[in-house]
Amino acid sequence: MIELRDVHKRYPDGHVALRGLSLRVDVATTVALLGPSGCGKTTTLKLINRLVTPTAGSVIVNGEDVAAVDPIQLRLGIGYVVQEAGLFPHLTAQENVEVVPRLLGWPPARRRERAAELFALVGMDLAEHGASYPLELSGGQRQRVGLARALAADPPLVLMDEPFGALDPLTRRRLQREFLQLKGRLHKTVILVTHDVDEAFLLADRVAVLSAGALVQVGTPDEIRAAPASEFVASFLGVGL
Amino acid sequence: MIIAMLVAASVASAKAETSPTVIIGAKNFTEGTILAELMAQVLEVHARVRVERRFNLAGTQVAFDALRTGAIDIYAEYTGTGLRDILGDTAPVESPAQALARVSGAFAERYNLLWLAPFGFNNTYVVMMRRAQAEQLGVTTIGELATHPLRYGMSHEFLERKDGMQALRQTYRLNVASLVGMEHDLAYEALADNAIDVSDGYSTDAKIITRDLRVLRDDHSFFPPYEAAPLVRRAVLDRVPQAAAALALLAGRIDDETMRRLNYAVEGEQRDPAEVASRFLRQLGLTRQHVDTAARERSLLGLLWQRRRVTLDLTAWHLVLTGSAELLACLVAIPLGIAASRRPRFAGVALGAASVMQTIPSIALLAFMLPLFGIGAKTAIAALFLYGLLPILRNTVTGLRGVDAQVAEVALGLGMTPGQLLRQIELPLAAPVILAGVRTSTVINIGTATLAAFIGAGGLGEPIVTGLTVTDMNLILSGALPAALLAVLVDALLAGVERWATPRGLRLRASRES
Repeated sequence: MIELRDVHKRYPDGHVALRGLSLRVDVATTVALLGPSGCGKTTTLKLINRLVTPTAGSVIVNGEDVAAVDPIQLRLGIGYVVQEAGLFPHLTAQENVEVVPRLLGWPPARRRERAAELFALVGMDLAEHGASYPLELSGGQRQRVGLARALAADPPLVLMDEPFGALDPLTRRRLQREFLQLKGRLHKTVILVTHDVDEAFLLADRVAVLSAGALVQVGTPDEIRAAPASEFVASFLGVGL
Repeated sequence: MIIAMLVAASVASAKAETSPTVIIGAKNFTEGTILAELMAQVLEVHARVRVERRFNLAGTQVAFDALRTGAIDIYAEYTGTGLRDILGDTAPVESPAQALARVSGAFAERYNLLWLAPFGFNNTYVVMMRRAQAEQLGVTTIGELATHPLRYGMSHEFLERKDGMQALRQTYRLNVASLVGMEHDLAYEALADNAIDVSDGYSTDAKIITRDLRVLRDDHSFFPPYEAAPLVRRAVLDRVPQAAAALALLAGRIDDETMRRLNYAVEGEQRDPAEVASRFLRQLGLTRQHVDTAARERSLLGLLWQRRRVTLDLTAWHLVLTGSAELLACLVAIPLGIAASRRPRFAGVALGAASVMQTIPSIALLAFMLPLFGIGAKTAIAALFLYGLLPILRNTVTGLRGVDAQVAEVALGLGMTPGQLLRQIELPLAAPVILAGVRTSTVINIGTATLAAFIGAGGLGEPIVTGLTVTDMNLILSGALPAALLAVLVDALLAGVERWATPRGLRLRASRES
């Protein structure tokens, strides 16, 4: 379980990203952080793996305040996927997927075995694509490798920042459908940042709508669709729909 | 190969420790080199010492500093230079003996340096004219010029000095029909072309022979004496007492005319100073050894072929100098660049400091380093090291800053420590840019290292510096061409290393974008 308690974030340049955000995410659910750009959703995501530290308030992951745990150990236990996948351009697809197992000190045979599993999981063939560099892959393939990399050490929690944002609509639809199937099989806690209303409603069990650094509504897609909490939510959904 | 050379060099120096070693220096002009060779060969034969030669030192300041700091043991200096330039003593001088007495006293007391007995000639300013005209007018002394209206063309320096033309004119009541200032070398041409009648020069200048000029006697002792003599550290004579007696063999043996001939043998006949010196010593009956060096080939190709062995050795040493400097520069600049890329303010300071270093003229930087490391390889490497820093530092900072911020953040997000991020992600991605900096730095330094010859550090600059002093363009080229070729080859080699070190995943981008 993840809990953010009255979190404020003010960056050194004076920009205030979060003003008193509180949110709970239950185990094995997928929560979408939804909102227009600049609403603080990416900042919220980075609070959880401590890439960003809060100015005030606390972030609890698995019952522990993240400020009190070793950030490296914390992050090794959390999957992380970003837009355009953020693959390391000088490493092959397989090497990218093996980054975390390597950091954890797994022996090569186990790493390779795991890489093969993961390639299969995201619908790719290790023999065919393992030795390819990111620039030799299509956008969709890169995103699959990025997801495989995040899942490599089987972390219970996965953070995804606009994972399908840079893809063409067709590829995006296909990857979203595959994500839904994986979600059913893997039982991960997933926190997904998106500005795409359709994507949020399609993929998430619960949707948290953010605006100007604060939470304006949280609930299941049906709840939110049925009763938007404010004018803002209604219009944001309306535009999206 | 470099390691083998260094080992060979250290073995050689270890062997030689049985007989004492004396280091002889020379300023970078023909006469200084010939005198140094004469002293060296006399010491080798009569004092049975091993002589190390550090020639082509860039002027009085460098040679004198080298002597004072013990980087060299002996070099030939002029009493007038010691008095005016080193001691700053501008009082009038009565006689050569008095000049010698004054420098001897002051140098022994202040610097623990000894002036030995002069070689016998006086390389002072002279007044000269075409021999034919002098004979026709019956002029042998400057005093006799007063009765003839003549055209004077004097060097700029002589016109400007307080004790120069104006004073000369008054002392000798010269009958000046016309007076122009001109460059020293041009004055010889102008005399030969009958454009002027009288000019000033240096008494042992080889051109006095080649242009068939007559030197007029300074019958009123107007010019201060510039007698050349061995200038020695007292400690050397304590360590090698027989050296004084050996050097005394040269005392008073070289008059103005003889020195002029020796200079002419090197500058006019393009012979090797060592060979010229050995031939002269045999004539004097002082040595029997033959230093048989053929005269320099006149054609450029012939000279390059003749010097091929020497050039190869100089090239290897040139590479050792630049290579060690670059290695040190990498060891310092890359970690510094890594630190600087993390802290923008520190980056500003470090890059600023390295940039300032780059703007110091190379020769000046070498001069600054001399008191710290003395003459020779250490100073050259230290200066080249400082020059090498900026391109490597700048490219390390640029390369690391150029790493995609998202890629770096993902690496941290996946659980890499800052050290792992640096080693596994940032450095491999920045490697091509950093290596480009190393390449720039190395190629620049291969050029700059030719200046090392000015402080006795050797390398391909040696024939360049010697060629400059004897105005032999081909000799200059015999150093400059290999240096340029070396720079091109090393550039190509390092370009290859750069391609090799570029991660394959990044090379794809380059090929796709082109």
